[in-house]
Amino acid sequence: MKQLQCDVLVIGAGPAGLAAAYEARRTGAANVVIVERNDEAGGILPQCIHNGFGVRALGADLTGPEYAYRWIDRARKEGVGILSRTMVLGLEAQRAVVANPREGLVDIMPRAVVLCMGCRERPRGALAIPGERPAGVYTAGTAQRLVNMEGYMPGSRYVILGSGDIGMIMARRLTLEGAEVAEMAEILPYVSGLRRNLVQCIRDFDIPLSLCTTVTNVYGRDRVEAVELSTVDERWRPVPGSQRRVPCDTLLLSVGLIPENELSRVAGVAIDPVTGGPFVDERFATSVPGIFAAGNVVHVYDLVDDVTESALAAGRSAARHAMGLDGGPRSEIELAAGDNVRHVVPHRLDPGSLEQGEVLLHLRVRRPIEAATRIEVWADDHRLLSRRLRYVRPAEMVTIALQEQHRAMLEGARRLTIHAQEA
Amino acid sequence: MRENREFICVTCPVGCTIEAVIEGQELIELKGNACRRGIAFVREEISNPRRMLTTTVQVDGGALPLLPVHSNEPLPKHLLLAAAAALRRVRVTAPVTVGQVIVHDLLGTGVDMQASRPVPAKQATD
Repeated sequence: MKQLQCDVLVIGAGPAGLAAAYEARRTGAANVVIVERNDEAGGILPQCIHNGFGVRALGADLTGPEYAYRWIDRARKEGVGILSRTMVLGLEAQRAVVANPREGLVDIMPRAVVLCMGCRERPRGALAIPGERPAGVYTAGTAQRLVNMEGYMPGSRYVILGSGDIGMIMARRLTLEGAEVAEMAEILPYVSGLRRNLVQCIRDFDIPLSLCTTVTNVYGRDRVEAVELSTVDERWRPVPGSQRRVPCDTLLLSVGLIPENELSRVAGVAIDPVTGGPFVDERFATSVPGIFAAGNVVHVYDLVDDVTESALAAGRSAARHAMGLDGGPRSEIELAAGDNVRHVVPHRLDPGSLEQGEVLLHLRVRRPIEAATRIEVWADDHRLLSRRLRYVRPAEMVTIALQEQHRAMLEGARRLTIHAQEA
Repeated sequence: MRENREFICVTCPVGCTIEAVIEGQELIELKGNACRRGIAFVREEISNPRRMLTTTVQVDGGALPLLPVHSNEPLPKHLLLAAAAALRRVRVTAPVTVGQVIVHDLLGTGVDMQASRPVPAKQATD
């Protein structure tokens, strides 16, 4: 078996992997390699042909392919090696067995690994929709790939279940391609994607949107002929008598994304059941020494700009680990999700790290508050900081920065708890 | 006659909800915008709403069958469907470079459509 030594091995050449590898090189790691199972780098971005990427990370409003190419270019110019059509078969802290059609099996011995496998769409099987099993049921991202990259229209009249961003963007895309979107149904009482997409993808094209509504049946023998939509109560139970039949030939599902951690589990990385991704500290180090993780594999971000930012930090940490610059022993504080907070990343942090700069806490709330909201960070029973936001919504990740000034209050604390309550 | 209207700004991902008082096509006052771009957005929204257009065109002889394209500036909103329909009939020949102008002056709007990625020519052996 061919053997390959490297300083930093990055798994996945999507936006997280490209940024992590780029930054690992800039930090000083000599030999940085990305392995990517697809034919080309870029991850999901080449099929996201809409704009809105990079406003924060690059100061320009770019399409997905443009954002990908900027980072592919940056990574190449920094001397990052990208092995495409390469699949990771086995993974431990300092060893990865990969396979590709050029060299067969390759044994890679890295000093540090960055997990950047991204996420997958929640499939139909996870929803338990009753009814027939005809052709014509797709996840929104699969339909996006067919329409935007392969040139196939999956159908002509659609119902979309779920109001996530990919579903809304596909509603517009299919309309622009001449199809009819009969209705978008969302089980929650609010839209689950970004507000700008509600305007420019749904309202601009007069697409009917029904909240508190779900698919309760799928009709059709060979091909979808109709779906049954029902109103649900606050516990998501269909309201008897509210069923209506909506003729369509295609049902798209936009019902959430799940971090893709099969390989992380193989490597023994501990996974947070709430986020579905690895437990990480402020360096994006996982529970296994030498394995780092960044981007949607850790928790699903709203914006690629935030994926890039987290991956730059992870790439820096991985390079420092590979170069033996990890520093001395750490004293860690655990972070906990308090009132109306679903999860916080990182899961633990060393207050000493604030000496090198601010640490960003990313959190998602459980339920929306459409009024002034106070985000409070408590170190044991002392209030460390408080931020007032105009509203909070589960669809919009909240970012709070801890700064050097907070360090003194953090020393000796055991737990940081974050709350999001109406002010 | 003055009326109150609510807008959600689409300029950036923040998506501010802006409450505006308007009279005809004139903006009288507004609140809720986090930055100045919100003012420009509402002004344009009540006079001549515009949106970016992203779609695909077909590629002949390319490594990929489709080329993603984007408008170099926003188009009048009412022209989006007609513009997308016109672009469905456009074919380009590979190779294409990123940023290449694919359609000049789309539907007489003065807006160009540009390639969002490179598409190399199809390799004979691939």
